[in-house]
Amino acid sequence: MKRGAMLLPMMLSIAVVTSALAVIRTKHENRALVNELEKLRGEQTRLDMEWAQLQLEEATLSHNARVDRLAREQLGMTEPRDYVIVGDRP
Amino acid sequence: MSGARPNPVAEPVAQWRRWLVLGVLSLGAATVVGRAFQLQVLERDFLRQEGNKRHIRTMLIPAHRGAVTDRRGEPLALSAPVESLWAVPSALLDSPQHVTALAKLLNKNPRGFEKFLEQRKDRKFVYISDPLPPADAQRALSLKAPGVFSEPAYARYYPAGEVAGQLVGFCGRDGDGLEGIEKSQETLLSGKAGSRRVIRDRQGRVVDDTLESVAAASGKDVQLTIDLRIQYLAYRELKAAVAENKAKGGLIVVADSTTGEILAVASQPGFNPNNPPERRSSGTRNRAIVDSFEPGSTVKPLLVAQALELGVFQPTSMIDTNPGTYKVGALTVRDVHPQGVVDLAKMLAKSSNVGAAKVGLTIGPEAVWNGYQRFGLGEPVYSGFPGEVNPLLRHYSEWGQIATATASYGYGLSVNALHLVRAYAALANDGLMPHLRLVQNEQATPPQRAVSAQTARNVRKMLEGVVSPDGTGIRAAIPGYRVSAKTGTVRKVSETGGYHGDKHQSVFIGMVPAEHPRLVGLVMIDEPGAGAYYGGLVAGPVFSRVMQGAARQLQIPPDDMPPPPPRTMVQQPPAPIVQVAQHGSLPPPSPEQAR
Repeated sequence: MKRGAMLLPMMLSIAVVTSALAVIRTKHENRALVNELEKLRGEQTRLDMEWAQLQLEEATLSHNARVDRLAREQLGMTEPRDYVIVGDRP
Repeated sequence: MSGARPNPVAEPVAQWRRWLVLGVLSLGAATVVGRAFQLQVLERDFLRQEGNKRHIRTMLIPAHRGAVTDRRGEPLALSAPVESLWAVPSALLDSPQHVTALAKLLNKNPRGFEKFLEQRKDRKFVYISDPLPPADAQRALSLKAPGVFSEPAYARYYPAGEVAGQLVGFCGRDGDGLEGIEKSQETLLSGKAGSRRVIRDRQGRVVDDTLESVAAASGKDVQLTIDLRIQYLAYRELKAAVAENKAKGGLIVVADSTTGEILAVASQPGFNPNNPPERRSSGTRNRAIVDSFEPGSTVKPLLVAQALELGVFQPTSMIDTNPGTYKVGALTVRDVHPQGVVDLAKMLAKSSNVGAAKVGLTIGPEAVWNGYQRFGLGEPVYSGFPGEVNPLLRHYSEWGQIATATASYGYGLSVNALHLVRAYAALANDGLMPHLRLVQNEQATPPQRAVSAQTARNVRKMLEGVVSPDGTGIRAAIPGYRVSAKTGTVRKVSETGGYHGDKHQSVFIGMVPAEHPRLVGLVMIDEPGAGAYYGGLVAGPVFSRVMQGAARQLQIPPDDMPPPPPRTMVQQPPAPIVQVAQHGSLPPPSPEQAR
């Protein structure tokens, strides 16, 4: 009778302690995950920045005026008005 | 009794000692409770606020501004990250060697930079650089100069630069669209920055963000109907023509006649939107949309279409334009070269003012006005571009004989370039006039019928005569294609009233291929100053080069191919092979490969 009466409070206090520890653990895990999320967000921002820069770089390098100039000056190309037939045979 | 000693313990203590102890204890308890009450109840809000201030932060989630792209996804306007350096002047001035190093890195005069800081010594925040690419900003920060920080931001870049400058427009310093598409599509492009409240630890790491947050809404990308390849071609040829003709300016529009999508719209003088000082120049005007002009001879085909539609004239009708002048009240209509008795096709090919005036007066002011109205010359284009100029077409009830005659050859009314393009798109599209669009995926407005398909075909057939050895526009011919077009040489209105004798606008408008047109193009050169000023001579060649390139890039099949050459030269490949002379050592590919 006396032992039985002690059992319930004992079990409850153990449960309380256990759940308290679980709360601590969960809280810790939560913070770790939030931290990771934050890092990944930073990474995402960085990659977005890089993407914008790369797009810009590509657009600058492939600008029509630049390609036009390179084709004419460095590669010696011309833009034929009409059909031009050029053969290596006379 | 004698052995009994008095019990020392039993000595009763004075009552006051008990009260004293109790009193001291309860005083202590009261103090604790009181303090707790003060902290928990009285100062609770203040303290919580102070606590939050130290570890709860509201972080801004930046929202991107959307990009503007052409129809193929090439970027025309992009936001890219930049960093602006700022400094606390007093902190930075404490280490002179850093000031010098920083000035060198920022391409500034060290002495001047120091002076700049000295003058602002009592401030806590001074920008010390323009927005820099992140890599450059990092280099400056790696000097570890005291009191120097960077502030991330987004800057707007326009990769196409001057090529699409007036169309795309630009943004102001705070990122709002000020001109062009940037302005008209502001609601779509601009994002809305979000925010979230987070708990940070001592190192500034976010440890918890379960508090309220407002998600950032990024701006949407806007896709234009422009094709950057054609836009570049149009820009290049227009610029060259304006320079060659020593003109004041010019504009060019290329549109898809079936869908009404504008493929290119450029004007000169231009400006580079990436260079802020240039943004105040007159080059920012998109003259094709915000400026109007008198259309001149280019309305004659619309008049003829109306005359045919009413049945008053037939394609075979003859008009006597002798003797090259025609008196209408006080006005004398003149032709540059008298043409004698001509049919409608010849009248258009030679651009006879006398003929047009006679057609106009025959069908009467109401019919002329109605015809122009049906071709949309009295209605805005609704392009959505900011500052689009409204057309000016007075009601026919205000027209006398003279106004009717002048309206017949395109004076006394004013339109912008898009009006003419739209009207010609109706001719090109078998009488169905499309709604002109600049932005892709805009809600499509169904086309309106301007004239019957038969009339449109007849007029197109007549306009082929313009680009023939007999017409005014032979310089606009495109090898391999039949072209329907019309020239226009408009005298400009002078400031004093009346018309300038020597200031002209050379206009050329046409469609390709004539049989089933896909493209409508308009070229206008403003005040050519190098001698020639006829539309066919000045604007025609530009039209020819741009439309040929556009047709090639859009893979529009030629409709006027000469018959294949006789197969006597077996050595020569029959298919047209385009090769560059310097690389002639390569064997020409066989016809199978070429196909």
